[in-house]
This record gives sequence, C-alpha cells and structure tokens, in this order.
Amino acid sequence: MVSSDLQTESLELTHLDRLEAESIHIMREVMADAAKPVMLYSVGKDSAVMLHLARKAFYPSPPPFPLLHVDTTWKFRAMYELRDRMAAESGMELLVYQNPEAKEHGINPFDHGPLHTDMWKTEGLKQALDLHGFDVAFGGARRDEEKSRAKERIFSFRTASHGWDPKKQRPELWNLYNARKAKGESIRVFPISNWTELDIWQYIARENIPIVPLYFAAPRPTVERDGLLLMVDDDRFPLLPGETPVERSVRFRTLGCYPLTGAVESEASTLSEVIQEMLLTTTSERQGRIIDKDGGDASMEKKKQEGYF
Amino acid sequence: MPNTPDTPVYVTDALIAEDIDAYLAGHEKKSLLRFITCGSVDDGKSTLIGRLLYDSKMIFEDQLAALEADSKRVGTQGQEIDFALLVDGLAAEREQGITIDVAYRFFTTEKRKFIVADTPGHEQYTRNMVTGASTADLAVILIDARKGVLTQTRRHSFLAHLIGIKHIVLAVNKMDLVGYDKSVFDRITLAYRAFASEIGITNFTAIPISGFKGDNITALSGNTPWFKGPALIEHLENVEIGAAADEAKPFRLPVQWVNRPNLDFRGFSGQLASGKVRPGDAVRILPSGKTTNVERIVTLDGDLDEAVAGQSVTLTLADEVDCSRGDVIAAADAPPEAADQFEATLVWMADEAMIAGRAYWLKLATQSVSATIQPPKYEINVNTLDHLAAKTLELNGIGVVELSTDKPITFEAYGDNRTLGGFILIDKLTNATVAAGMLHFSLRRAQNVHWQATDIDRDMRANLKNQRPALLWFTGLSGSGKSTIANLVEKKLHRMNRHSFLLDGDNVRHGLNRDLGFTEADRIENIRRVGEVAKLMSDAGLIVITAFISPFRAEREMVRGMLPEGEFIEVFIDTPLAEAERRDVKGLYKKARAGQLKNFTGIDSPYEAPEHPEIRIDTTAMTPEEAADLIIDRLLG
Repeated sequence: MVSSDLQTESLELTHLDRLEAESIHIMREVMADAAKPVMLYSVGKDSAVMLHLARKAFYPSPPPFPLLHVDTTWKFRAMYELRDRMAAESGMELLVYQNPEAKEHGINPFDHGPLHTDMWKTEGLKQALDLHGFDVAFGGARRDEEKSRAKERIFSFRTASHGWDPKKQRPELWNLYNARKAKGESIRVFPISNWTELDIWQYIARENIPIVPLYFAAPRPTVERDGLLLMVDDDRFPLLPGETPVERSVRFRTLGCYPLTGAVESEASTLSEVIQEMLLTTTSERQGRIIDKDGGDASMEKKKQEGYF
Repeated sequence: MPNTPDTPVYVTDALIAEDIDAYLAGHEKKSLLRFITCGSVDDGKSTLIGRLLYDSKMIFEDQLAALEADSKRVGTQGQEIDFALLVDGLAAEREQGITIDVAYRFFTTEKRKFIVADTPGHEQYTRNMVTGASTADLAVILIDARKGVLTQTRRHSFLAHLIGIKHIVLAVNKMDLVGYDKSVFDRITLAYRAFASEIGITNFTAIPISGFKGDNITALSGNTPWFKGPALIEHLENVEIGAAADEAKPFRLPVQWVNRPNLDFRGFSGQLASGKVRPGDAVRILPSGKTTNVERIVTLDGDLDEAVAGQSVTLTLADEVDCSRGDVIAAADAPPEAADQFEATLVWMADEAMIAGRAYWLKLATQSVSATIQPPKYEINVNTLDHLAAKTLELNGIGVVELSTDKPITFEAYGDNRTLGGFILIDKLTNATVAAGMLHFSLRRAQNVHWQATDIDRDMRANLKNQRPALLWFTGLSGSGKSTIANLVEKKLHRMNRHSFLLDGDNVRHGLNRDLGFTEADRIENIRRVGEVAKLMSDAGLIVITAFISPFRAEREMVRGMLPEGEFIEVFIDTPLAEAERRDVKGLYKKARAGQLKNFTGIDSPYEAPEHPEIRIDTTAMTPEEAADLIIDRLLG
C-alpha cells in the first residue's frame, strides 16, 4: 500500500511513484480519443499490475473498458481461476475469445509446434479485435523484455490488417500522445513500457496485488523435456515412453501455455524470496519460454510485424 | 565471466542475499533519473550503454553467451566483447551496424533507477534526438577523444539546450586510444567550454572515460590518476533532478478525464504539471476563470492530504463549476494565461515540409485545437547556429514561427513549464505527428481577429426583455450630479421591470480602465472603451446608463456613431462651474485649485458643453427626483 508518511517525508517521488503516475496518465489519455478501448489480459504478473493501475486510474469509477483474454485453452488451471476472480473484483466485463478454427482443428502445443501460438494467439487476437471492433487495446509489454521492444512506442499503430510498420510509428515527445487514427486502424497502448521486471515485482509487493500462485515455489508434478522442466497441469499432457511425472519444488518466472512454459527449481515461496532469487539469478526472464526461439534471433520482431505482441 | 582486469564489475549488493526485505525497503525509496546519450556514429555510444547495462548487472548469462557468440561473428572488436551488439535492436540496424530510432534502456544502481534514451547521431535523425531529449533530465554528450569537438557535438549540445535539459555531461570517450593523456582531455574540455557558453550552457561536467575498457564508468580508473572524479555512474546517481523546483512553481493540473461514476460524484482526473495542492486550496478553472476550492484529493488508496508535481490524482471541487477535458485547474492567485497567437520554436519531424497557412491539429497538455503557422521568421542552422531566411521547414528543420489557434489555449512559456509550453502538431489528413513545438510567448494583434457570426441578434435579445435598448449618456462637470441622478433613474427603471445597467465613471476606473490616467489621450481612450462596453450591453438588449464627465464633444459623437440611430440619448447635467465647485462633494476642486490634481476639467482642462443634447437638466432649477422623472418620461414616452 502507498505509505503517505513516506511521501510527505521525502520531497522527491520514488521511481515507483513516478512509473505509476506515468502509467495512469497514459491510460487516461487513451479515453480522450478511443471509441472502443479494451484491455488485453493474459493473467500474468504484468497483466496483474496493468489491471491494478487501471483501477487506480479511474477510481472511484470502474475502468471504462472490458478485459479481453485471448485464450488458447492450454493455460494453467490456476490462471483461469485468478482471471475469473480478478474480473469479478474489478467490476469489469470479461471477454474470453478462443479462435474457433483452432478449436475445430484441435490445435495444441504438443502436435502443432509454432502453429499453436500462431493460430490461438496471433490469429485469435486479430479475430477478437475485429469481432468487437476495438480500436485501442492496452497491452502489458515492457521495453526491457526484449531488444526489439526497446524501440517500441507507448502508442503503437497498426494498419487495418493489424500490421506493424516500424517506419510509420509516430515520435512521442514529452507526455504527449497522438492517438488520432483513420477508420479501421487501431492502436496498441503499452502503459507499463518503462517498467522493468524488478519494478513489477516491487510494485506487486508494495500494493499487495494478487498474482497466480504458480509464481511461488511449491511441490508440483513435472517432467524434464528438451532441457525444460514442464508441469503436468492436467491429463491432456501426453507422456512419452519412459516419462513419469516427478514431484519437484518449482516455480515459474513467466506464465503462458503450460506445455510451453519451463519451470525453475526453487524454494522461493514468498514474494521477498522470489525477488531475491530474481536479483541473484543469472538468466533472463524469457529464457523459459519456447516462443522466442522459433526463427532465430529476430523472432520477436517478426512476430510483432505479423500482429503478435 | 570475461572481463578486462582493471574493470571493476558492478558488485551486487550483499544485502540481497543477507536480508532481502531490508534491501527491498531501501530500493523502494530510489529516485528515477531519465537521461539521453548523444554522440556520432563512431563515438562509442552503444558501447557505453552496453557497458552501463553490463556493469550494473543487467546482462544475464544467457544474453552474455549470445553476446560473445555474436561478437565473434559480426562484432567490430575482434575477439573481444562488442557491447554495442547488446543495444542495437532491430534486425535492419544490426545488419547496417547503426541505430536508427530512439530506444529506451533500463538499469538500476544502489541509489537510483535509470531510464536511458539511446538516440542516434546521424544528421538526418535530429527528430529522434529531440524526441529522446524531451523526457530527459540530463544529457550525456559523447566525444571521441581522438577527434575532439565536432560539428555533431555542437548540434547535440544545441538540441539538448533547446529542449531545456539543465544537466550536461561531456563524456570524453576512447581515452584508452589516446594513452589516457590528460592534455587531450583538457584541450577538449576547454574547446567545449568556449562553445557551450556561446549557446547559453553555463554548466557541464566533463569526465574522461572508456566505454570499451570501462574506465571511470562505475569507479575512478587507475589509468587516469589525474582525474579526481566523479565517475560517470557516481555523477548520475547524485545529480539533483529538480523535482523540488517543479513543486515550488504555482499549481497546475490539466484535466484529462471527468470522473463521473454516479450522480453524487464528479471528479477531475489529471497529472499535476507543477506545484502542489491540498484540500481547501483556492483554485481557478481555465479558460472560464471560475474560482472554487479543492474539496478532496481522491485515490484508490484513500484521500490524500497533499499531491505534488508529477502525481496522477482525481480532485473534487467545492462548487458545481463547469470543467472538462482540456481545462486547466490552477492556483487561484497565480493562474496561467490564455491566448490564441504565439511565437514558438518548431522542430519539423515529417518527410512532408511544413505548409504555411494550412491548419494542423495542435495538442498541448490535454488541449487540442486547430492551428495555422506563418512562414518562419527564420530557420536555425543547427551546425553553425546561424539564423537563415526560410519559407518553410523541411524534415529536421528548426525554426522560429508565429502561429494562431482557432480558440484560446491555456499556456505558459516552455522555459517556465514544459507541460503547458510544449506541443505537437498533427497532420489533419494523415494523422501523423509532424512537428514538436515550444511556446515562447503570446502575441496580441487585433488585425487577425475576425467577427464571429451569431444566430441570436440584438433585436431578439431586446424582444425577450420587452424593451428597446438605449444608451443614456450623462455628461457634465465633476460634482454636477450625474451619478446621483443616474442612480435614481436606474432605481426607477428597475421598479418598472426594465433591464438596465449603470456604468459609473469612478467604478470603471477601478477595473476596466485602471491603467488609464487623465491626460487627454487617456481620457479619449477611457471614453472609447466605455462606448464599446455600452454598445455590447445595448446589443444585449439593456438600457445602459453612463455617468462620465466626458468633456470632449468629439468622443461623445464617436460613441453616438457606434450605436443605431436614435439609441444614443445625450443627457447634459447642466450645473455651472461655480455651483459645482461650491458643492465639491469629493473635495476635488479644492485639490485642483491647490495644484495637487492635474488636468482637472473646468480648472486646467476644458469642458466642451453639448450643443444639442437630447435632454438638458438644470440642477439649479429642479431636484434630483424631478430630474430622474423627466429623463424617464423622455426615454419611455
């Protein structure tokens, strides 16, 4: 919680205060020009912080837009639980979209490789935005996550076909955002662009923001495959010959589809311990995700041009 | 981990392992510094940033492994680590080996969190540097020790100064390649000082570094024993950010969003641009000028006792006043100005050149208006700083222009307040952001003011009041009885349900005309203004009564000419000078006779009596009551 003592003690706002104020300012600016905004909600820790900031930005009103979860049907069960709880608590409408085509073809991460992410997430997102006619979508991407994101604007413009052209992005000066657009065009807005992973964790601690328990270490059934520790979250997990789930104390640094998200062995079961482990760790956050490795070095950038975040 | 022997690696705080909660409690109080790095392509800028990230442990093992592999494959440093590869993000750039946009990097030390805007040094990318600089508190200007102060150095320094950056660090880089020679460093510092003072940079901090080897980055280097500090990181950690200065300025909150969850709550959301605010503070809403008081500062965490510059809050006000997005809530006793014509510096950022006379959207704080630009007064050559004649501004062109907006905007000079003085221009057709601007001051020129047609005319207004508008213009010597009789006339009209307004000479001089004295020129201006006001009031359908000495015939005729035929009714309050001087109600004649009052009508300034007044009142022959009745008879009869 905000300590008002702290604020009156020191004249200077802390870095978290300034990041919070900036994010709130960005969200409120969107309301000036957006016809139909939506907040993309992936249930991860970044989404949790973004949702919390939205509640602050518009309090005592509930945030004046719905939450959209582009679902792959392969998220961890604990994520679905928290998603439904947070939507109810915030008083916001929750829209869940599942690409009907992917559903029909039974696209899954075990049999279809990169097609899984492409159809459920990239295509699913485009379909959901088109279906509802959303013109502005808030996303929880951060500039420190990946090299090509360091240059991403806070207001990122997409063509009518959801394409991203690095040359068409507008300069962003001071805290002035140009949110004007032609019919059919849309904007992805990243209000937590300037937050780092450490900022996110500290803010979660400071504000007591609920997050998925998977971020904390606990005994979980896991198998080791291709150098990753995967959690057997439900009985859809096809065990290979010789594989038996082993109970290990693990946690997740980042959350996605459970068959694509590697766990780390850990005993960190409190927020402080998680942060401690993060500060002392020697590998980067996204390493546990398979998605970055498809297509080599510039893969995130390629994904962005195709319409993925 | 590979590391040159004399480079101290940034050591992670032991507290993290020992007492994480204590570490976090400390870290929560860190402040934030935003800075930019500017340098030419080969000044080693990316290398320096890569080094800052590396030394502050923002590079992880997997990234480092990738970096080592990349360095060997495409690096420019032989078998050594090429830190530049850490920060050159987009695929196209990596192939060309240059940065082509603004990128933001993050690192943190024990004292501060840093956001670095990495801005390219190519000539065609002035736009990017201005963008990166707009949010920066500090600029690191990189110089290659082998090359010294170059044209680019001047350009970067000028731009940083233009955008209002107060803290300049001169990082003399690649000291390892000049044998850590003190005289090289001294010569460059001296040359830069001469140039900097030319453009108004009074203060800068020069530091000899090697981004590649790590000298004087996190700690003072043994290679430069002659340099007493501070090291770069140490300086960045300790420089004053100026948040206190923003708080000391008058309170301003541009309203972003009206928060209306239900009929019982109406809040105004925004980020404080300057100053501080507490419940109970008197505030003024601009542009309406209405005043009220702050009732509450509402946040999700409970009401605040005080909010300061930089915070995003929601205010509720004590009174139901009109206030919406684009309005500015400001300290009641120190409000900002509003104007519709300005001088400004423009930085042009689009491929299509500026078109004088075309309307662009102008966005300043939360205000959006239509604006047209005059041809530049001059363009500034960023290399020589010469002022050049120009008809337009091309991409990366910087010029001083005059611009006008379709309605007044609330503003401050950019030098006083970045939020209320900085703006962007948006192309109405493509919606592209085409320019950034900084307001200098407002211009006041009547020739650009156009009449606005209104649908409701003066007859319609008068009909609604069931009366014919008129102007009863009382004239006569000081002390003749003008005010007394005029006041009686208004009282009687009021009892008759007539809508009237009495403009009294003394009262007007306390407000509208307080800047005027009693010279002949000022007296003429006094009457001209009163005539204009009386005309507006009669347009509004009122019966206007004025009580001014109005000694000069010409000015009375001027006012008569402003009104429709028959509406100007000259009322001559005819009291002889001797009689007025005998009454001397305000003791003014006495003062004038004693020489204490100059230009007093009837004494040392003439009174030109009306030759054919509509009504003449002889105050020596009738009482004020009788006079008032007579005037009303003539007016309504």
